[in-house]
Amino acid sequence: MPIISIASVAKSYGGFTALHDIDLEIERGEIFALLGPNGAGKTTLISIVCGAVSMSRGNVRVDGADILRDYRVTRRKIGLVPQEIALDIFATVWSTVSFSRSLFGRPKDNAHIERLLRDLALWEKRDAKIIELSGGMKRRVMIAKALAHEPDILFLDEPTAGVDVELRRDMWGLVRRLRENGVTIILTTHYIEEAEEMADRVGFMKGGRLVLVEEKTALMRKLGNRRLVLTLAEPLRALPAALEGWHAELEDGGRRIAYAMSEDAEKGAAQIIQRLGEAGVHIKDMAMNESSLEQIFVDLVGSDAGSQA
Amino acid sequence: MSAPRFNLRGVAAIFAAEMARTRRTLLQSVVTPVLTTALYFVVFGSAIGSHMREVGGVAYGAFIVPGLIMLSLLTQSIANASIGIYFPKFTGTVYEILTAPLSAIEIVVGYVGAAAAKSIVIGLIILSTAAFFTPLQIDHPAMMALFLVLTSVAFSLFGFIIGIWAKTFEQLNFVPALVITPLTFLGGAFYSIDMLPPFWRTVSLFNPVVYLVSGFRWSFHGSGDVSLAASLGFMTLVIALCLGLLIWIFRTGYRLKP
Repeated sequence: MPIISIASVAKSYGGFTALHDIDLEIERGEIFALLGPNGAGKTTLISIVCGAVSMSRGNVRVDGADILRDYRVTRRKIGLVPQEIALDIFATVWSTVSFSRSLFGRPKDNAHIERLLRDLALWEKRDAKIIELSGGMKRRVMIAKALAHEPDILFLDEPTAGVDVELRRDMWGLVRRLRENGVTIILTTHYIEEAEEMADRVGFMKGGRLVLVEEKTALMRKLGNRRLVLTLAEPLRALPAALEGWHAELEDGGRRIAYAMSEDAEKGAAQIIQRLGEAGVHIKDMAMNESSLEQIFVDLVGSDAGSQA
Repeated sequence: MSAPRFNLRGVAAIFAAEMARTRRTLLQSVVTPVLTTALYFVVFGSAIGSHMREVGGVAYGAFIVPGLIMLSLLTQSIANASIGIYFPKFTGTVYEILTAPLSAIEIVVGYVGAAAAKSIVIGLIILSTAAFFTPLQIDHPAMMALFLVLTSVAFSLFGFIIGIWAKTFEQLNFVPALVITPLTFLGGAFYSIDMLPPFWRTVSLFNPVVYLVSGFRWSFHGSGDVSLAASLGFMTLVIALCLGLLIWIFRTGYRLKP
């Protein structure tokens, strides 16, 4: 049974439709990345599952329980780290994290809060007021708050937006550790690198629609393309006849041959190099370019959207 | 994971966080209203009151005590409850309240309970302060306590609604400053409406605060401008209206949950 099941969920604000009949299932223990340009509906979708936004129609189940009828059960299973840092700046780190745990009805557990703060490198700052913390530390506090009630599912809305590289790596490490402990992670991100690095599956959203959901490596295999670029010792005026029927083309005034690799075992890199050698074409250098998830994303949602990603 | 029917820990967390906010702003939350009321006693009770005759057989200084407490109760209840919910909206931390396993009733009990508790404490402090300026007489202490609690709850509910409605700090202060304070001053806090000409006496009967001050004064001195039943009935009406409005707010998510 999927840990989250979203069926025909739609959301409208007045005349504007933010989400069009979304269907999505999240498997227990996976890291799922929701990608898409600004205004695609990513935050609206996760806000509906968490209870911060009401859906116009549809049905969401968390671990088999309906999020409206059994909200007390479902919300205790979910932790949310919103995109914007939202904290009571006059509270201390310890008190605000403890507050979150109590708010979700969990009994006091100082050992858990201590473990959490140590994991997030906040222990030394436990008595500091939020106003005294750096931006990166505030973001860690947001994560600590979301994990204070020991949720089974963690939603991270743009978790590393505006944080430095070191903190981003730390967060990725934390997400992996959480997954090892059985926590299901759903993250929205603008950083394709983040999804590529961590996600098991990715979903692309555009204009309030879920355009595609695919296992990450399968998606890259299916939609990604690998190009073999051969730099020639002498420029060519035309492709050699030996490459007729191959997806190859001359670039850079005949100085390079770009070849789109196929699944055909008879048309691999070794074969094209051998054919060129037989045709008397000398190769000076070679490189293999592989599509990134970002390129796939740009291709899928269009260049305008891709430029925002 | 089973969930309790009532999230007592969640309610207690909101209540405790609100009370902690009061401790952080002790000067603004407690000292200011007490000092302001003490000044009223000095000016109206001692300075002006010493030149005034008794009102309804009660010394003027003692006569204004219920009105002054009511003035503070109304303004403090509204201010505490409105800022209590407005501040999380303003900072964005309201997301945590909305995504927690809390029912609408539990959220209201947490915020309104804390605001009402603060107002009751301030009311009692002002009552104690008044004892320094004038001899106090409380004929019906149980009714006084009931009025203290009902008024604090009713106007904390009202303040909570204002906090949800307000989009700016200016709107947050609009109702207390431009509606509640004038109504309180014209509601018989410093005089009996019997002292007014017949026309203005009739007009005053449309002022809801008259019923609050009158009922509260009855619990002190055994007499008021309107009947006790009218005062209690009005209080019940305010609470019912506020609860009705809150049910609608939580059902629709008005300015709280898009």
